[in-house]
Parts: sequence; C-alpha cells; structure tokens
Amino acid sequence: MAFLDIEHLEKSFGTNRVVKDFNLEIEQGEFISLLGPSGCGKTTVLRMVAGFESTSSGAIRIDGQDVTNLRPNQRNIGMVFQAYALFPNLTVAENVGFGMRVGKKPKAQIKSRVEEMLQLIGLPGLGGRYPFQLSGGQQQRVALARALAVQPRVLLLDEPLSALDAKIRVSLREEIREIQRELGITTIFVTHDQEEALSMSDRVVVMNGGVAEQTGEPFEIYNHPKSRFVAQFVGTLNTLDATVIDAKTGQVRVGETQIGLNRELPGALAGSTINLALRPEVVSLGRKPGRDTILKGRLAEVHFLGSTIRMRVDVDGALISLDTFNTPDTPPPRIGDAVELSLAERDLLVLTD
Amino acid sequence: MRTQRIWSIIALLFGLLYFALPLIGTLEFSLRARRGVYSLDAYRSVLSDPQFRETFGYSIVMAIFTILVGALIVVPTAYWVRLKLPRLRPVVEFVTLLPLVIPPIVIVFGYIRLYNTSSFLPLTGSIMGTNVLLLLGYTTLALPYMYRAVDTGLRTLDVATLTEAAQSLGAGWTTILARLILPNVLIAVLSGAFITFAIVIGEFVLASLLNRPAFGPYMQLVGANKAYEPAALAVIAFSITWICMGLIQLVTRFSKHTKAKR
Repeated sequence: MAFLDIEHLEKSFGTNRVVKDFNLEIEQGEFISLLGPSGCGKTTVLRMVAGFESTSSGAIRIDGQDVTNLRPNQRNIGMVFQAYALFPNLTVAENVGFGMRVGKKPKAQIKSRVEEMLQLIGLPGLGGRYPFQLSGGQQQRVALARALAVQPRVLLLDEPLSALDAKIRVSLREEIREIQRELGITTIFVTHDQEEALSMSDRVVVMNGGVAEQTGEPFEIYNHPKSRFVAQFVGTLNTLDATVIDAKTGQVRVGETQIGLNRELPGALAGSTINLALRPEVVSLGRKPGRDTILKGRLAEVHFLGSTIRMRVDVDGALISLDTFNTPDTPPPRIGDAVELSLAERDLLVLTD
Repeated sequence: MRTQRIWSIIALLFGLLYFALPLIGTLEFSLRARRGVYSLDAYRSVLSDPQFRETFGYSIVMAIFTILVGALIVVPTAYWVRLKLPRLRPVVEFVTLLPLVIPPIVIVFGYIRLYNTSSFLPLTGSIMGTNVLLLLGYTTLALPYMYRAVDTGLRTLDVATLTEAAQSLGAGWTTILARLILPNVLIAVLSGAFITFAIVIGEFVLASLLNRPAFGPYMQLVGANKAYEPAALAVIAFSITWICMGLIQLVTRFSKHTKAKR
C-alpha cells in the first residue's frame, strides 16, 4: 500500500463537479506535482488532502490511516501557501516554533528545533525579525521552515513560488527540492508552471477539467504525452495537419511533403486528416544527418532569447517553432527567407483526443 | 490655485472656530467661579464631591466590563463573518448599525418591559441584574463603533489563509482567535475600546432610567443645581475623550508588527 493513497476522490460545488474520480498513490519520500491550468481542480485536490475542503466522495489515507473526515489540525500535514501566510504579530523564530508551541512541546526542544530549521533554510541569524522585515523569498523560506518544524507526515506546497520574481523562483525551487530530498518528506506540489513541475518532481500529474489526464515521470510526460491536452500543455508544441495516404504503413502528406511515420495509424482512413505534433527542439534549421524528413517554408518570426533563438517558419500555412543556439558567428536568416527544416520521423507524435 | 488655497485656509479656520469657540467658552466659564479672578474652584468643588468619585468610579468599572464583553462578542463574530459567511456581511453590518437609529430611550424601555420584576427574567429586580442590563445596553450602544473598528482591522489581514496556516500547524479555533487574530487586530480593538470608554462615561439615558449611579446622570444632576461645576464637568468629560483619542494614536504608533505590509 502506498504511503499517501487518494481513492476515487470527487468534489462538487453545487452542480459543478470540479474534481472527478481522482486517484493517486504516492510513495513515502516522493515528490509529486499536480500540474494544470487555472480551474483544473489541482488546488481543490490539495485542499482536500489538507482538510480545508470536504470531499464529496472518495477516501484519503496517509500511512494506512483514513484521514478523509479528520479536521485539518488533526492530520499532521504541513502546508506552504502562495501568499506566505506568516503570522505578522510573531517573529520569524516564533512563526517557526508556532506549531510546536501549539503541540505543547518543551521550550528547550522548540528552541533547538527552531534553530535547526533556520539553519536548514539558510536564515540562521534572522530569528528575531518580523515577517515584514524580510524579502518575499526569505518569507517563503520561513513558511517552509514553519511547515517542516512540526515534522509533518506530508508536505503540501500550494504554488509557493508564484509570488516571487523569476530569479528567486529558480533558486528557491532548487532549495525546496534539496530540503525535501534531505528530509525524505512526502510532498505534493501544486503549480501551473510546467518548467517547475518537470524540473522538481519525481512524478507529475497533469490535470484538466477535474481529471488526472496523465501521471508519470517528467521525461515520460514530456516525451510521450498520452493526450492532446498533455502534449499541448506541457512544453511548447507544434501541431500539423496531415492527410493519411496509407494508414497501415503510416504514410501521410504534410503540404507537398510525403512523410513515412513507420507505424500503423489505427482507426485512420486514407484521405482523412490526423494531427501530428513535434517539439521545437527536434526540428533543425537546414539539413542535418539523421533527420531525413525535410519541410520547406518561409521564416515568419525571429525571437532572440539570449542563449537561444526561437524561430517560426510558415510551412503551408502552419507555423512551426524551432529553437537554435545563439552562435555569434552565424546570425539567423531574415524574415521572409525561404528555409528548410529537417526532422526525424520518430519525433513526430500522432495526437489523439 | 492661490485663490483655492485661500478658500481652503478660510474653511479650515471656520471649522476650527466652530469647534473651538464653545470649548474655549466652556473652559473660560468654568474658571470664573470666584468673582473677578480665574480660579479652579469649580474643579475643586467637583473633585471633592464624594458623589463625583462614586459615579465616576462606577462608570469606569462599567466601561471596562463593556469593553471586555463587546470585544468577546465582536471579535469572534466579525472574524467568523469574514471567514465563513462573507455573504452575510451586509446583514451583520446593518444589525450593528441599528443602535445608531434606535434611540437609547426605546432600548431602555424595551429592557424595562422585558426584564421587569414580573417578567420571566426579572433582571431589574436586583442591583446586580440591573447592572448586567446596563452593561448589555452599553455594549449595544458601542456595537457600531466596536464592530467597525474590528472589521477594519480584519480587512488588513488575509484571515482565511492565516487561519488555514494555523490549522495546518495543529491550532484549534481558540488558539487561532487568541494567539493570531486578536493580537493582529488589537489596535483596532483598542480603538473601539477607547470609543466605548468615552460613550460609557458620558451616557445618560440608560443609566438614568435604570436608576444606576453613573457619571452621566451625575453630570445632569450637577447641571440642574449648580452654575460653574457643570462647565468644569464638561471640560473633564472632554479631556477624558481626548485622552482616549491620544491613547489610540499612541498605541498605533508603538505597535511594532503593525508596520508590516500584509
């Protein structure tokens, strides 16, 4: 049995079903991300695990104990909020020690635990400060220390990085992951940022419309999306309409180019249209060895992003994005230039609904 | 621009005179008890009156209890309305405003009719019972001010998230209210408390009709029988109000964590 077991979880607000038959098994020490757009139900799932929302049906079990109907203060779950939620009338040390004081732990134990936690988050000298005297990143670190101080069974992170600026977001996500690994604490992380989810998690649950569309390791989610939604939501995706020539051998036509997918297209009829998808990084500008499929088009857009350059090429009306590294000796072609794109057939994904 | 400025100054001066002249007149009159010279005779007479000390002391004790009862009712109510019943806020606000539209005389006659010696709860039959009745009456009168002050204080907090954060750390409702919500709205509670104090010290109708020895009826009694002492009492009453206002300012300034941007 998994350490945290979520079974057939449902949540409705009136007639609106926001979470539909959600199932998830999380092993001890695992870092799971719930990824999805606003309103997909990811925060509602997290809040049901925390006990802030009641469940319409289903069960939540932690370490074998059914916590579905327990109050939030009886679950021993640590939570970090997007808005930090530090208690403004308490100092940093008092904030971190709050849970232990509520739990009536001895003063000496609280003091040493607070020091240990402040050391862990890299703010050892700031115990006497008030939250308003800290930066956003520091406040979120304190919120993390406060959640961890009570040694919770599960740590819940509700978009904890969303309110921070880009640079701090990247450094803090690395810190959070490091601390999580060090403590081996089972963690659920809610985010709408796919980069955060992919870079931090052991497994990612992609949610859409209250349903878990796909659960898997970041590599699997990114490279083998099981649905059109997952493919489009996780990472940038180029989609192409292709006309089926032979479904058995996987022969299709994109514009004037015939492509052999070398796989069967079950259910597709000759002459019907299917959707193909490919990631920007699998497309090369110009001909490249090992990338035998050539698409011809005109350069429509060039976006200089520093270390990389993103280009959009118009191929028979479909805009295909591709990324190239910025090499100072080779400037990108001009907008309107005729260009060739090369790709490998195996990198073309056939999208299903 | 220049003309606008002149008009602003004229309006300000007019306002100051409107408020200050009656006060200066009252103060000046209170100092004229002795013929031909200014003296503090009226104040001396008032302060040495045992009835002054008795009524003033009574009103102070009543004010303290009113503040405590008011805070105990208002803080949890305002918190709960913000947290769980935000849709009911307009209704609760309306209810708390009722004491401003219903005259105290109506309230006190209602009390006397409901709680007289032949009623199911004969509170007016004993001194303690009448004191309790007066206390509840004062709490009602102070409700609009106390509720507004506390509600404004709560508005500066993300009540829902702080509550959830505390709950996730194992805190129950009492802990959340006592250790988090109350300390964070303490300034607001104190603001409401000082206004409550000023209201209770000067209140006449409830205390008079319930026949309790409060400061308001004493001021009326002195006013009906003496010349200079009522003016001295008015100055004392005003001073108490101003001290209360000053204390609100002081408490706000010296509160460390309220400087926080929440």
